[in-house]
Amino acid sequence: MSEPTATCEKKDTVPGRSFRIRIEKRLETPAWWNAVTPVISIALALLFGAIFLKLTGYSPITVYKIMFKDTFGTRYGITETLVKASPLLLSAVGVSMAFRMQLWNIGGEGQIYMGALAASWVALTFTGLPKYIMVPAMMIAAAAAGGIWAFLGSAPRAIWGVNEILTTLMLNYVAIFWVEYFVYGPWRDPTAFLFPLSPVFPKAAWLPTFGNTRIHWGLIFGIIAALGVGLLLSRTKWGYEIRVIGENPSAARYSGMNISRNIILVMLLSGAISGIAGMCEVSGIIHRLQAQVSTGYGYTAIIIAFLAKLHPIGIIIVSLLFGGLLVAGYSVQIYGIPADIATMLQGSLLFFVLGVEALAQYRIRVIRN
Amino acid sequence: MNILSGLYKPDEGEIFVKGKRIQIGSPRHAIEAGIGMVHQHFRLVENFSVAENITLGMSTPRFLLDMAAIEDEVLALSKEYGLQLDPKAQIWQLSVGEQQRVEIVKMLYRRADVLILDEPTAVLTPQETRELFATLERMKETGRSIIFITHKLEEVMQVADRVTVLRAGRVAATADKTDVTSRQLASLMVGKEYSPTLPGKTALETAPVLTLSDVTAYGDRGTVALDGVSLEVKAGEILGIAGVAGNGQRELTEVITGLRKTTSGTISLLGQDITNRTPLEVINSGVSFVPEDRYGTGMAPNLSLVDNVILKSYRTRIMCKGPFINYDAARRQTQGLVEQFQVKCAGIYSRARLLSGGNAQKLLLGREISSDPKLLIAAYPTRGLDIGAAEAIRSILINQRNQGIAILLISEDLEELMRLSDRIAIMYEGKIMGTLDRDEWDIERIGLLMAGVRDVQHEEALT
Repeated sequence: MSEPTATCEKKDTVPGRSFRIRIEKRLETPAWWNAVTPVISIALALLFGAIFLKLTGYSPITVYKIMFKDTFGTRYGITETLVKASPLLLSAVGVSMAFRMQLWNIGGEGQIYMGALAASWVALTFTGLPKYIMVPAMMIAAAAAGGIWAFLGSAPRAIWGVNEILTTLMLNYVAIFWVEYFVYGPWRDPTAFLFPLSPVFPKAAWLPTFGNTRIHWGLIFGIIAALGVGLLLSRTKWGYEIRVIGENPSAARYSGMNISRNIILVMLLSGAISGIAGMCEVSGIIHRLQAQVSTGYGYTAIIIAFLAKLHPIGIIIVSLLFGGLLVAGYSVQIYGIPADIATMLQGSLLFFVLGVEALAQYRIRVIRN
Repeated sequence: MNILSGLYKPDEGEIFVKGKRIQIGSPRHAIEAGIGMVHQHFRLVENFSVAENITLGMSTPRFLLDMAAIEDEVLALSKEYGLQLDPKAQIWQLSVGEQQRVEIVKMLYRRADVLILDEPTAVLTPQETRELFATLERMKETGRSIIFITHKLEEVMQVADRVTVLRAGRVAATADKTDVTSRQLASLMVGKEYSPTLPGKTALETAPVLTLSDVTAYGDRGTVALDGVSLEVKAGEILGIAGVAGNGQRELTEVITGLRKTTSGTISLLGQDITNRTPLEVINSGVSFVPEDRYGTGMAPNLSLVDNVILKSYRTRIMCKGPFINYDAARRQTQGLVEQFQVKCAGIYSRARLLSGGNAQKLLLGREISSDPKLLIAAYPTRGLDIGAAEAIRSILINQRNQGIAILLISEDLEELMRLSDRIAIMYEGKIMGTLDRDEWDIERIGLLMAGVRDVQHEEALT
């Protein structure tokens, strides 16, 4: 039995007033809301951040000005934004794929770490390989490792219905410990004094960069992944199954789709893309494995995927925005402002997006008596 | 029921309790007015104790719960009414019958004067049913009013003092029990008799398309939902399934389409065994299915009409190019269905949820027919539709029958069944009570079988 149209009367007739206000649930959210919600949310997040800055004794306008100028106003800012956006983009595409099927893959971070670990293993073991074999081999290893890590999180869901949020989340910590084990143990570089670092990879294992910037091929991989997943979802049979399962699992079952198999396949691909993000970090930026491969890219990716409403082009744009935010966070540090302001803005962005989204499902109606 | 217990609000009309007009805006209002509801599916927290469940949702005491005192009170109440209960037991430890006692004691604890029981015996064993009736008797003696909702005539005749028959949201009649017979009640339940108007052509005497023999299956709650069901549907025939909803019809459609496993018995399609095959295998062998929950199962409401039209055909050769879906073909197919079945929509790329019920059903039925099935299962295909749309659906079904498709039609609307069906099988508690041909049935006979009264005429004929 379906619920009746949800109407909730906030105020009943107030004596002396000839109208009442009623909040109703919309049947259909108008299309223009989809365009307006990100704008409103960003504005509200900035406002919220401004209040916070003001209260802690900084001038919001100055801080925002510095953040904007150092990010989008200088060559270094722009290239660094692209560098930071690369892993975010890849990982966001990865998790968004799973989200499309209502699979809550919170394990992007762990999948990044496992991808980095597997790629490092290839780079440190097969040192004599030429670049055109080395880089694809590292990618395959990273994709496999990320995929397997996501598979470990999703198999219990596919078989026994175990909540995948918990399994994927917990596996993040396991992945980080594995990386720590190798950099503190077997792979520790004896020449790096006591730092937990692996030896530097052979040059063949370095991802090519663009000109003399730090921007590496990971950005291209990210864009290809975003467009590829977009095409997969909107045009292919498999993508169609993913959309139907995500929208209505019982319709999917009714039409003969194999849900368990799709859970596993989608998670494999989702994890593989995040794994490649990890490989790009070690191969494109650090050129060695270190204990901290990612500064929470896998978690930020979740926010990005949601802000972009899982839309591939949206994910590219939001990843750039968030890459910029990270750079801005570092740049304000020079002025004695904590870099956490960027993290706080990220968090409040998600908060306001969810809030505005929820409100968009309702409309306010004034009823005159 | 939902209005009386405060879950839904009435659009108009008045409710009086003990002569006082009341407004029920929420379940709490209902409880304050002394109305207690025992739902068919219990509203209990599995991991809470009996006493905790009973006090749950009450506004007093405000902060501190004196569980011991509540437990004592619960125990006293349950003794008074002969409802054996351990207030400390957790709900998950209790049998279904005991859980129902918890629901009843909960209402007594809240001092409900009017007790509504919704199909209370559906989940009970015959022995538990007898105990329940004894309890109801005791509550009647203490001056409480009881509304007992059931579709089983035998129970009505056993416990009721007065009977009200509801049909299609209206009161069909109210009478003292002593003034009516079960035959009269059965007629009131099913409505007027209509002249059958199915076009002439009768089913070909061919081998059946669908055969079920002795099929047994469990329902979602682990109780037996199908109990040795045997039936046949021939090509060019509509077999109607009559019965009050919840007597195994949904499970029947699910076992045939592979969505539910059988525990015994066989299902075959054109001589091929399809028992416990996957839904995909069943679809591929030529079974189309219009499910009872058209938005919840038959469609993905947030996807476009095009995406919904290809829900089953997206794997076929016409609909794809390699791993890609041929969206040109999909668009043409959708356009074709929309025109052929006169589906009113805001464009084929609009979301399916925006379709009205009738248009959604036309599209769904059109999709199911377009795969040229051998067997079409239609569950409540006209439920909730306006007259025009319902007629359109019915004429599509008749049309398909005349083209030689075997149709299994499940409906609660006896008028519809008698108009469309070549034969009618009546289901009651997961069993087929009888299968009647056109010249054998009359509305009273079907009504009695639906209410679980065994077919006397049939038995007389046998002896």
